[in-house]
Amino acid sequence: MTQAFRTTSGGRIDRKKAINFTFNGQSYIGYEGDTLASALLANGVHLLGRSFKYHRPRGIVAAGAEEPNSMVQLGEGATTEPNIRATQISLYEGLKASSVNVWPNLELDISAINGLFAKIMTAGFYNKTFMWPRSMWMKLYEPVIRRAAGWGKAPAMGDPDIYDHMHLHVEVMVVGGGPAGLMAAMAAGRAGARVLLVDEQNEFGGSLLSRKRQIGGKDETAWIADMVAELEAMPDVTLLRRSTAFGYYDHNYLCVLEQKTDHLPAAERKGKVRQRVWHIRAGQVVLATGAHERPLVFADNDSPGIMLAGSVQTYVNRYGVLPGKKMVLFTNNDTAYEAAIDLQAAGGDVVAIIDCRTEPTGELVDAARALDIEILAGHAITGTSGGKRVSSVEVRKIQKGAKVYTTIERNIDCDLVAMSGGWSPVVHLFSQSQGQLEYDEEKVCFLPGKSRQAQQVAGALAGQFSVKECLAGGYKAGADAARATGFTPKRKPAAPEIDEPAVGSVEPYWIVPSSRPVGEGMAKHFVDLQNDTTAADIELAVREGFESVEHIKRYTLTGFGTDQGKTSNINALAILSGILDKPIPKVGTTTFRPPYTPVSYGALAGRNLGDWSDPVRVTSIHDWHVKNGALFENVGQWKRPWYFPKQGETMQEALNRECLAVRNSVGVLDASTLGKIDIRGPDAAEFLNRIYTNAWAKLGIGRVRYGLMCHEDGMVFDDGTTARLAEDRFLMTTTTGGAAGVLDWLEEYLQTEWPELKVYCTSVTEQWATVSITGPKAGAVLEKLAPEMDLSHENFPFLSFKEGEVAGINARIFRISFTGELTYEINVPWTCGLALWKAVMAAGAEFDITPYGTESMHILRAEKGFIIVGQETDGTTTPQDLGMDWIVSKKKPDFIGKRSFTRSDTARPDRKQLVGLLTETPDDVLPEGSQLVFDPNVPKPIPMAGHVTSSYYSAALGRSIALALVKGGHGRKGQKIFAPLDKRTVTAEIVDPVFYDKEGDRLNG
Amino acid sequence: MLNIDCPWCGKRHETEFRYGGEAHIARPEDPAKLEDTEWAEFLFMRTNTKGYFAERWLHSHGCRRWFNVFRNTVTHEIVGSYKMGEKPPKLPKSAGGTK
Amino acid sequence: MVKYSIFTIARNALTGHKDWPKQWRSPEPKPEYDVIIIGGGGHGLATAYYLAKEHGITNVAVLEKGWLGGGNTARNTTIVRSNYLWDESAAIYEKSLQLWEGLSQDINYNVMLSQRGVLNLAHSLGDVREGVRRVNANRLNGVDAEWLDAEGVKDFCPIINISKSARHPVLGATLQRRGGVARHDSVAWGFARAADALGVDIIQNCEVTGIKRKDGKVTGVETTRGDISAKKIGVVAAGHSSVIAEMAGIRLPVDSHPLQALVSEPIKPVIDCVVMSGAVHVYVSQSDKGELVMGAGIDSYNSYAQRGSFHVIEHQLGACLELFPIFSRVRMMRTWGGIVDTCPDASPILSGTSVEGLYFNCGWGTGGFKATPGSGWCFAHTLAKDEPHPLNAPFSLSRFESGALIDEHGAAGVAH
Repeated sequence: MTQAFRTTSGGRIDRKKAINFTFNGQSYIGYEGDTLASALLANGVHLLGRSFKYHRPRGIVAAGAEEPNSMVQLGEGATTEPNIRATQISLYEGLKASSVNVWPNLELDISAINGLFAKIMTAGFYNKTFMWPRSMWMKLYEPVIRRAAGWGKAPAMGDPDIYDHMHLHVEVMVVGGGPAGLMAAMAAGRAGARVLLVDEQNEFGGSLLSRKRQIGGKDETAWIADMVAELEAMPDVTLLRRSTAFGYYDHNYLCVLEQKTDHLPAAERKGKVRQRVWHIRAGQVVLATGAHERPLVFADNDSPGIMLAGSVQTYVNRYGVLPGKKMVLFTNNDTAYEAAIDLQAAGGDVVAIIDCRTEPTGELVDAARALDIEILAGHAITGTSGGKRVSSVEVRKIQKGAKVYTTIERNIDCDLVAMSGGWSPVVHLFSQSQGQLEYDEEKVCFLPGKSRQAQQVAGALAGQFSVKECLAGGYKAGADAARATGFTPKRKPAAPEIDEPAVGSVEPYWIVPSSRPVGEGMAKHFVDLQNDTTAADIELAVREGFESVEHIKRYTLTGFGTDQGKTSNINALAILSGILDKPIPKVGTTTFRPPYTPVSYGALAGRNLGDWSDPVRVTSIHDWHVKNGALFENVGQWKRPWYFPKQGETMQEALNRECLAVRNSVGVLDASTLGKIDIRGPDAAEFLNRIYTNAWAKLGIGRVRYGLMCHEDGMVFDDGTTARLAEDRFLMTTTTGGAAGVLDWLEEYLQTEWPELKVYCTSVTEQWATVSITGPKAGAVLEKLAPEMDLSHENFPFLSFKEGEVAGINARIFRISFTGELTYEINVPWTCGLALWKAVMAAGAEFDITPYGTESMHILRAEKGFIIVGQETDGTTTPQDLGMDWIVSKKKPDFIGKRSFTRSDTARPDRKQLVGLLTETPDDVLPEGSQLVFDPNVPKPIPMAGHVTSSYYSAALGRSIALALVKGGHGRKGQKIFAPLDKRTVTAEIVDPVFYDKEGDRLNG
Repeated sequence: MLNIDCPWCGKRHETEFRYGGEAHIARPEDPAKLEDTEWAEFLFMRTNTKGYFAERWLHSHGCRRWFNVFRNTVTHEIVGSYKMGEKPPKLPKSAGGTK
Repeated sequence: MVKYSIFTIARNALTGHKDWPKQWRSPEPKPEYDVIIIGGGGHGLATAYYLAKEHGITNVAVLEKGWLGGGNTARNTTIVRSNYLWDESAAIYEKSLQLWEGLSQDINYNVMLSQRGVLNLAHSLGDVREGVRRVNANRLNGVDAEWLDAEGVKDFCPIINISKSARHPVLGATLQRRGGVARHDSVAWGFARAADALGVDIIQNCEVTGIKRKDGKVTGVETTRGDISAKKIGVVAAGHSSVIAEMAGIRLPVDSHPLQALVSEPIKPVIDCVVMSGAVHVYVSQSDKGELVMGAGIDSYNSYAQRGSFHVIEHQLGACLELFPIFSRVRMMRTWGGIVDTCPDASPILSGTSVEGLYFNCGWGTGGFKATPGSGWCFAHTLAKDEPHPLNAPFSLSRFESGALIDEHGAAGVAH
């Protein structure tokens, strides 16, 4: 198929580089520099999709980000993407695209039958129906609605592409690379500021890419090239093309999506970052985001071939495409005349200009007249026909103030309607930055008012609609921004001569009546093309009491589409203003929400995926664990060995073996992940006294003590042992998951409550590797590794520590125990962890030393009734609840948490308290998390008495054991309690939580 | 993403900091003397000011120092930051003087 | 009240929809009401509706400073469920869910309750333990609950990634089949219309600027539309509870934070349930319109700005892609923020205060939407009888003195 609608010359496309692509399975050819939209138009394709509710045929309306209609499914397989606007897709070799939400195909879409029910599918109709019978909502109505909704499809598989994030600090960030933005960047760059200029297009130039202008004796192409060349030569200026600033956040923080490979053929994308999100902190921001043209709201204004006038001009001048050969222009302003003039010059035929103003005057009007284009002033388009492509328009004379225009002036045949309702500055980012908008009656648009951030506005955004104003405004904004960030702008260059038509006037014309009142008859006045919202829907919403602009948006869905109402919002609120008879500024706008244009999830996630989604922490012994078949458990960010199964072993068999080894001989645990905090200073002991529940002042040097910490509310939040290394120095251990929180908490108290205490805390978790050897043979193993050390119980008693060499490595050895067995926790410098571990394994070989993981650690401690914070506690547990009154000082006047213990609920005797449970059937292991009841035979809701916190099969005891929190549990020992499970109820006896070696005889081996 | 001025390190992204809630709530000298109501006031009751608000931040991924920030909870404007034990900065004139 | 049905729509279609009545009146405030509700969001409107319906108190005004339903009702991710751990929470949320189940018919307004099932994922052995604990507690409390292992999760939600090598692999999930989503705006509008029909005055653009008191009792409010008297005032102004409290000279254990949410562009149905993960901080469902509706945790700092920081969103999308790799090329269309008032124990306050006649319903944090009907029902009872219903008695302000907190932080372990 030839490009029948391509102009013979001109445009910013490369006619030597033909590009093959397919749309809905049909092959076409375009040129490099085309968008999918321009290439389709060059091939005469206007029908791109169907509308949301009524499935009416829809085509291309605009040429950029504001496009409401032409969303396609782009690509196939793993790289397919839903809902991409054809106007924003750079054409590449092999591109494949198809229409979305049509069945069986675009030409013959079955759902167009919805049009017959249009009278019923008014705004909010779903609130009023689908309620009877109740059961049918989930069974029938909702599934049907869901299947009908949605546009394109998500890929069926993961994304092969990569994305990344960048961060940049600049003095001046300029958003928008049109004439104003280029000048702003130039002014700031010449002043010496670090500048970032971003633009969403593949090249800089903005509106100059679509309009012919002579600037200072150069044509626009040469002017842009010179500007860009100078900027590129500045070392502190960064230029980003294909980069959309999509969010403007507090304190001049902006996010930009750079599309790095989306314009390349598939083969050239491999291995490259597809999209990058830039995070910018700018001293000053210059917004030069331009303006979007507004459609006019007239009867059946939605057929393919009805386009924005400025976009028609863009297709003609930038892409060398005639969107139609017989055009009617419908406008309320002068600027749109340029589209007609340019189309005519490029070989098209402008059959009429319908101008709603009674006496249009000015340079452009004269120029159109000079081309013999008929101008119907004081007229309006009141209807269209054609369906899949506009074929004629109905024109009537405007009857001022009338709701209905009575007589048809005439019908005009055409294949293109260009329309212009005036221009709306792209205030989205300004508004996101909390700036206030002001309505300009003369320019008929909202303009930036008061700024809330360090920013400047320039160009069309600021109501500067001529190139001349843009250059002056842009320069001033850039210079002001540079000055505000401490730079001295260079002398302002002389303003160049610019050959351009005067901007001219615009007259508001928000809704065009037709032969019947809006909402009656079959004609539809579309306001939001994407959501099929009509003027009648807005009228209905007001009739039903929805008057706030936010209510209107929500009730009619106007502005809720993927374009976020770029072309519809102002028309909607102007129509609302007319219905309510309130001025537009009183009606107000809806909130402009980020992102400006949609951003892929992949880009936003960047590299924060997989193992990079959260840092993985491993010990210095980790590789050994991996090699020896350990399975791992995530504990916080740490990978900890869970258990070490041998070939063919079940989990329970492995655990039995590991636990019995500890009880009968010796086991070894990598305990490096425990938090370790070095606490130093003359007030260190006093500090510990305040933050632990027990007393610390008298702990001797070389001794170790267990401590519990509570928050101010009296609830336990961490525990561990702390050793006194010197008079003014302690080494605290914390739980693995709690380490960072404990350090934060200690520092918070030191810095905010007790700055007078001379204490410093340092995390040394990753300075010391910890190997814990435990079991009756632990002493024998250590003896081999530290032959010089006196390990006698007299000289190295429980709860003490020694420094010395172990396997030739300087070590701190702690005699503490989490298993109830004789235990040595050997701490060596982190990098020596593996060497020590290997030495321990070698020395212990003769005792069949057995490495074990967290699961056996849990079983062994549960056999002894030791708690695990976060398992036996859940933020609602006091030391007393745990039966640990012994560790709560009665003598200290105050410590953190103490005051809360006496509150009525905290002192209640029937709180949930820690007990042991023995199931009636010894093999029956209660599921952890089982709820417990005193009487299972009552109807629901059954009062709960507590729950199982830990539960295991104990090989040492030959039966199951469990720990539980039970209401008033301390006084219920010997009583029965029940765990009603899914299909059965387990009976258990409440017992003491210490199951094994109650006397503690085994501590000394 | 707030830009927070650490009194020791200068302006840094919010992600380097941890929030510490309302500032100037001193732990009572002698909690044992307090009624339950007074203790609950300290533990839980907050002013939760709409407008200019003194709050605590910790430069957790930096110098690990706690400090105070005087910030507007409606506009997120930061008037200034100051060290523990110091008084909040004066409000800008335009802001009028709320608490 | 005109009864809504397909037949009424068809009849109105014949007259060009010119005859639809207003869904609610816009009356001028009267000088005095029996009860004033401050806050025209879902909870406030529900309170007014149940005051009128259940207690016959119809001389009620709902005062809304902006447009009704414009606060958190308009800004949440619409999740409805009742599978809370603690008895007190389960009871009030289950009451709410039961009201939800008949709500469209009760108020003759389709709130589009879609009971498509809610998964709460477990990513660690600790999560599993807590999940099982919650399922067992729910069952005994008469709340439907199931525990699914990773394969069961995959069966229920086929697009979820259960790979064991994931950074935080899915180890299982709790499932509440009766949980789901509803249409947020419709809830506010439906309650407004139903309350209005029973005689309640809904007064928009009426900001309360002062609480009038005499001898320790409330006597009325000052507003931007004049003073209005009432002996009972119910404050249901989520986000701004502390501001109203200050007008009455009291403080609350509440902090206001931004909570952000986002939707993707509409796509064809891909996910047929609600998936929540407290551990990796994301929750996802798909709306009837096809958008993926997502939320996460709150921003850390106090704010009344209805916006938060972008890194929170980016983090959440990372978490989302870990669970749903096929969403990588789906695009985020719109983000927004609400102001939630959070309590230290992540449970709400429905309670009288030290000022007689002044009641607060606040502190729902991130989870208020699901409670809308139940909260209104309980609060109406409290206002009507001057004493809490047994369902909301545990949610009194006195719990912060006694220590009887209902701590859903550690327990439920989910952000929403």
